[in-house]
Amino acid sequence: MKTFPMGGVHPSENKLSSAKPIEVLPLPEVVNIPLAQHIGAPAVAKVAKGDKVLTGQLIAEAGSFMSANIHAPISGTVTAVDMVANGQGLRQMMITIKREGDEWAEGIDRSETLVKECSLSAQEIIAKIKEAGIVGMGGATFPTHVKLSIPAGKKAECVIINGVECEPYLTSDHRTMLEHGEELVVGVTILMKAVGVDKAYIGIENNKPDAIAHLSKIAAQYKGIEVVPLKVRYPQGGEKQLIAAVTGRQVPPPPALPIDVGAVVCNASTTFAVYQAVQKGMPLIQRVVTITGKNLKEPKNLLTRMGTPVSALIAAAGGLPENAGKVINGGPMMGRAMVNLDSPVTKGCSGITVMSEQDARRREASQCIKCAKCVSACPMGLEPYFLSKMTQKKNWDELEARMITSCIECGCCQSTCPAYLPLLDWVRLGKQTVMGRIRARAAAAPKK
Amino acid sequence: MANKLIVAPAPHVQTAQSTARIMRDVVIALMPALVVSTIVFGVDVLRVTAISVAACVLFEFLIQKFLVRGSLTISNWSAVVTGVLLAFNLPASIPWWIVVIGAFVAIAIAKMTFGGLGKNPFNPALVGRVFLLIAYPVQMTDWPLPVNGAFDALSGATPLAAVKHGIAGPDALGVQNLLIGNMPGSLGEVATLALLLGFVYLLWRRVITWHIPVTILATMALFAFLVALCSGESGEMLWQLPLFHVLAGGAILGSVFMATDYSTSPMTVRGGVIFAVGIGVVTMLIRLWGAYPEGMSFAILMMNACVPLINKYVKPKRFGVVK
Amino acid sequence: MEVLLYTILTLCVLGVLAAVILYFVAQKFRVEEDPRIDEVEKMLPGANCGGCGFAGCRGMADALVKRDDISELFCPVGGGDCMKAIAAYLGKAAAEKQPEVATVRCGGTCEKRPRTNEYNGAKSCAVAASLYAGETGCAFGCLGLGDCVAACAFDAIHMNPETGLPEVDPDKCTACGACVKACPKMVIELRKKWPKNRAVYVSCVSKDKGAVVMKACKAGCIGCGKCEKVCAFGAITVENNLAYIDPQKCKLCRKCVNECPTGAIKLVGMDPLPKEPKAPAAPKAAPAAEKVAPAAPKAAPAAEKAVEKAAEKAAPAAEKAAPKTAPAATKEPSHES
Repeated sequence: MKTFPMGGVHPSENKLSSAKPIEVLPLPEVVNIPLAQHIGAPAVAKVAKGDKVLTGQLIAEAGSFMSANIHAPISGTVTAVDMVANGQGLRQMMITIKREGDEWAEGIDRSETLVKECSLSAQEIIAKIKEAGIVGMGGATFPTHVKLSIPAGKKAECVIINGVECEPYLTSDHRTMLEHGEELVVGVTILMKAVGVDKAYIGIENNKPDAIAHLSKIAAQYKGIEVVPLKVRYPQGGEKQLIAAVTGRQVPPPPALPIDVGAVVCNASTTFAVYQAVQKGMPLIQRVVTITGKNLKEPKNLLTRMGTPVSALIAAAGGLPENAGKVINGGPMMGRAMVNLDSPVTKGCSGITVMSEQDARRREASQCIKCAKCVSACPMGLEPYFLSKMTQKKNWDELEARMITSCIECGCCQSTCPAYLPLLDWVRLGKQTVMGRIRARAAAAPKK
Repeated sequence: MANKLIVAPAPHVQTAQSTARIMRDVVIALMPALVVSTIVFGVDVLRVTAISVAACVLFEFLIQKFLVRGSLTISNWSAVVTGVLLAFNLPASIPWWIVVIGAFVAIAIAKMTFGGLGKNPFNPALVGRVFLLIAYPVQMTDWPLPVNGAFDALSGATPLAAVKHGIAGPDALGVQNLLIGNMPGSLGEVATLALLLGFVYLLWRRVITWHIPVTILATMALFAFLVALCSGESGEMLWQLPLFHVLAGGAILGSVFMATDYSTSPMTVRGGVIFAVGIGVVTMLIRLWGAYPEGMSFAILMMNACVPLINKYVKPKRFGVVK
Repeated sequence: MEVLLYTILTLCVLGVLAAVILYFVAQKFRVEEDPRIDEVEKMLPGANCGGCGFAGCRGMADALVKRDDISELFCPVGGGDCMKAIAAYLGKAAAEKQPEVATVRCGGTCEKRPRTNEYNGAKSCAVAASLYAGETGCAFGCLGLGDCVAACAFDAIHMNPETGLPEVDPDKCTACGACVKACPKMVIELRKKWPKNRAVYVSCVSKDKGAVVMKACKAGCIGCGKCEKVCAFGAITVENNLAYIDPQKCKLCRKCVNECPTGAIKLVGMDPLPKEPKAPAAPKAAPAAEKVAPAAPKAAPAAEKAVEKAAEKAAPAAEKAAPKTAPAATKEPSHES
């Protein structure tokens, strides 16, 4: 069974909601839509307080090429365009819409009928994806149209669909693959056409045998699409790890990109969104969000409109349990802990994980015993113990030499440390600082 | 909701392993050997082990309490591991006060002066043993005979010493006696089979990986084989000599429990292999041509000294970097 | 006897040989350096704090000797006297700088700014700041994890466990600026040092709207602008809902202190002005009562409510737009106060 070449861990999978069909969450009364839900420049608001909007209507336009459009997820009145606290308590620009009914903008096909044929050119497909505001829905939120626009001089050789979902607890991609398999595979053909390749792989970890069987059956009807079962190992869903697992090629260290080894990776949910955007004219205004946790009454997969407060999802799953200690936007390996439960679901939010206080509290850190478990767990072949120490000593040059910028922040090192050291807390800080220094150097270079 | 939400950067899961659990696992892995040793040498084994463990824990406690004011770490079992390993390196008949001195050297000098667990460059138990070997050579090489081993073929010398001084050939004892520990020697080194059981346990609990122990033993076997070949041996001796060197003395104890000590071994697998080859070669050099019959402890300490250098030059293979 | 003789002889020959080799090597690889650099380095305080912008005192000494114009260079630790002495030695014009002191501009004590969540990550302000807004409802104030304390080479800044805020010892502070650089929230500022450590400054850096500030912290600046109006020297400006007192223009007249409805303007080393009987906009605000210097009891709750109402009126829209922070947030204040 294929997998990535080095490091990795196998945390308890805890896929509590994998057998729960996708439910539709009732429409929220008020939504807050952040203008920055993606990597790159924030979108620019096209509506003002008092404006009436329809579901699916463009309300904010991409601020630059590296940005994404945003559409109204519900119909109603814009009540504010103002600073609102996000999940981390930081204030950012958001459009607030109060719901009035559910009236959709024109040109969106909401029927279930499968549309297989796509006669658009690559350019037109990418334009449609850009128009629909699609970004990577696995959590990285990289604008998809940017990813599909292959830079001059580079050549794509294959499309890889990321159906790995290696993050514990989360099942939104799994359910999407099961319930929208037909559409997803059509989405794959569209992506292949967009980047001009005739080979696509769908990577799925073998803890989802139903999804592997289902998609293999569908993919058999198409040419050039292959489902690749993968050994269960975190962080297989990391872009570089997935490429290595499927094709055996390793993406060189930054600033190299996956396209340098000829791969274009797209998340399973994103692929479904691409199908909807191109074949149905549906912008990215809703997504499947897993609401999960060992102490929740009913872990679920909910089809949720963007901007819905997280508290509404928790309520739908039976409310916050008495012993809740941590609410995470995402899964327990890479998700961000939240302080503000009224903050909205965004394009990159694949799940909400609720942990009990006992599970959530870190155990007390002791001294490093040099066990080297972090070194063998690192999927990028780095030395986390050393990077963490050098960050605390602010030895930025040494950090750069030891390739801290290659860190993908997967958390394997910290989760495997028997001394419970906050390795990644420090490494992340060191990486940010070193990247800042590299940028500053690049900015200063042309002057000389 | 009654509690305030807890906030921390990802990841939000921690391993079930802990420093204390790892150390406890090492102690558990040493238990079969302790049992076998008690059967071989009698209750004296338990006496020496108890004194050694108690002294190690006590010295660590006193130093942390009164000298290096800081958090107490005796609850992490690392002093217990040092205590048991030190005892395993001593003869069962050793006087109690020598054990206490050894424990003091191990904990106070080899471990705490460098900052405690994880910072010591040399294996504390081995520093203790080597100190005692040089300071009290008579008591340290006075090996009691197995209580129920009804033979005196080696006249009270360890198999290694016997072979070295030409008292007996490497095949005198037989593989069976070497495996079950029916021979004179220090507490821990006699129980080869029990030590291997501990090795399997440590592998199963993911405390250590197989690379260092297997490389050391393979290096030693290969070295012995080449020596046998070069000295014109043939037939049985070609495999008897390697087997003898792997099974006799502290080879198994040293390679499984001492060379794999976290803080005194390299951080990468490749580094670990270099380290292990070094130990194997140095051990065989001392055994065959050095002044002492056994060279395991010296070899490990010498290679311990090379670990910072190995860590500096042997880095893990980076993802995506092609050389 | 012979052995001894040979040994001594051999050692002597070896010694002489080594000395000769060393002598030639030293000649060959000698680095020519201006001897004044050593002298200037000796005159510098030798703290190697980096407050001058160089990695250490040696780098500073090197620059002082090599540059013609040294008016840009200043050692905050040695101060004006040290710079004058060095300038006199080098025959150059010294930089003149007034004495400064690090000032912590956050009054959000545990009591006034209740915790709404619990931080459980690495104990570092920089790590916490890159993760989220902080343990309280205020996204601007001190995080209380002590990066400034770790950065200080002079033992001049310490956390006060009762308030959860750092406190500067003005006598030890050399204004090297290490804490200013270390603070990810930019709470610490180097301000003009008055005699007897007197100071008047706005102890808040929150740019949130008044209503948001009020909700998170009882000692925050709500940007009401009363201080700006009362200042006779034009020293106070309100920008982004935050008042700032220019230390160069402020004359320590203390009028603004009595005007501030939340007590965000802090007064150090002086008694407040006597309370004016006249009642302007917020009559019951009784701000001086809650000042730091005199240990007066808490202001009447009625006064606080009046202030809150005033603030709510000032920014009604902001109040609505403001999100509810974590559910605990609304309950906590009543528990703790």
